[in-house]
Amino acid sequence: MLLINCPHCGPRAEIEFRCGGEAHIARPTDPSALDDTAWAQFLFYRSSPKGEHAERWNHTHGCQRWFNAVRDTVSDRIITTYKSGEPRPDITTNTTGER
Amino acid sequence: MRFSIGSLIRNAFSGHQNWTRQWRAPDPKPAYDAIIVGAGGHGLATAFYLASEHGLTNIAVIEKGWLGGGNTGRNTTIIRSNYLYDESAALYDHALKLWEGLSQALNYNVMYSARGVLMLAHNHHDVISFKRHIYANRLNGVDNEWLNLEQIKDFCPPLNLSQSIRYPVVGGALQRRGGVARHDAVAWGYARAADALGVDIIQNCEVTGFKRDARGAIAGIETTRGPIATKKVGVVAAGHTSVVMARAGLRMPLESFPLQALVSEPVKPMFPCVVMSNTIHAYISQSDKGELVIGAGTDQYVSYSQQGGLHITTHTLDAICELVPEFRRMRMLRNWGGIVDVTPDRSPILSKTPIEGLYVNCGWGTGGFKATPGSGHAFAHTMARNEPHPVNAPFTLDRFRSGRLIDEAAAAAVAH
Repeated sequence: MLLINCPHCGPRAEIEFRCGGEAHIARPTDPSALDDTAWAQFLFYRSSPKGEHAERWNHTHGCQRWFNAVRDTVSDRIITTYKSGEPRPDITTNTTGER
Repeated sequence: MRFSIGSLIRNAFSGHQNWTRQWRAPDPKPAYDAIIVGAGGHGLATAFYLASEHGLTNIAVIEKGWLGGGNTGRNTTIIRSNYLYDESAALYDHALKLWEGLSQALNYNVMYSARGVLMLAHNHHDVISFKRHIYANRLNGVDNEWLNLEQIKDFCPPLNLSQSIRYPVVGGALQRRGGVARHDAVAWGYARAADALGVDIIQNCEVTGFKRDARGAIAGIETTRGPIATKKVGVVAAGHTSVVMARAGLRMPLESFPLQALVSEPVKPMFPCVVMSNTIHAYISQSDKGELVIGAGTDQYVSYSQQGGLHITTHTLDAICELVPEFRRMRMLRNWGGIVDVTPDRSPILSKTPIEGLYVNCGWGTGGFKATPGSGHAFAHTMARNEPHPVNAPFTLDRFRSGRLIDEAAAAAVAH
């Protein structure tokens, strides 16, 4: 089970959270301009990298707020968590994370 | 060497010292007519049917690790075809029909045992959903029948049918042709049969890149054992499909999750069939060695760790202990995870890709083992003729653009 550091509540057990999948997928600003291929990319195509992955989590049994995490998908270690709306941290230069 | 009662007797008299290797360990040739990436059950089956039904024998199967060492060696070996939608029922029943004659076709005992797959209903919604499945299956010529509590008691005596447990059983759907097979024997049987037809199985050889010609079509692959030229590549890499396809520059509608299973200490035969319960998430059968084989769920996050959270396993064991109280004092010996590639509609992809000469067979998610022969058979057809077999024609990559999804997500036996 993962220990997840909620940016609002601090470290809590994984069973308090729901994972919301890949982060930073922006809803199209002009939906009517999208063709079927672009819609498919938005709706169904996902990065499933072997390595660092930015993903959304919801603290369902805590503050119920969404936030983002960068996690290594090989070791499952959570490298950092950050609030929704903030850009994905540059892990190579940011050493203040939890690595 | 052909396996038979004669060969068994001959080798018994010579102390079993003269059995020959079941497949070669060849070095890669500079070029092949086609290459399969991934020597799991699906990849080896594809190679076997390419060679036996389409006459393509100058082909190779490339494997990063050892053959059958991925999800083929990690699954819970359940075979069934009672899927809701017409497309899925056709695909999985195509596989089930091949299972029925597979040991003879391969001259290798895959230990297919049609002991029946029983799915338990615990509430009114389950009853309605399962009966809908039964009627849909019958229209598609797939056997499936409703059992009431007395019939369940007769068919699977160890089940706790008390109406005072937290989620009492109220009935069940039984597919009698469903059952189990020996997972390793499936990989070994296909490997041996394909090798005998001239297929090169190259283990410990990872694909690191794809070469394209001036038109953009596949011209070969780069591997850890050097470049190999070919015009057709079939990627059958299960949980690592996204990783391999990224090396060809393609993003996939897939996410990879750990799926766990565990086995108990071996005991005498006491559990006669496969039992699955969607509502309380448990599935269980007893192997011919006597171990109880138990499937747990997937983790909620993308991972390649080949291990999952213990709370996922515990959740399944809670359900098992309530369903079969006799198991409460059994010791679990091993617990492991495999990485499964899951599509948005929970149906597989057996398809051409936007790159000419590149084919993909993936997205089997949590239930690919049962489809092994049918998947290989249909995918071999797709690769050999550059057009799909009728049973896999709906399972294209393009369905995520066109919207013609095959939404088995709500119809799977166990909600993952």
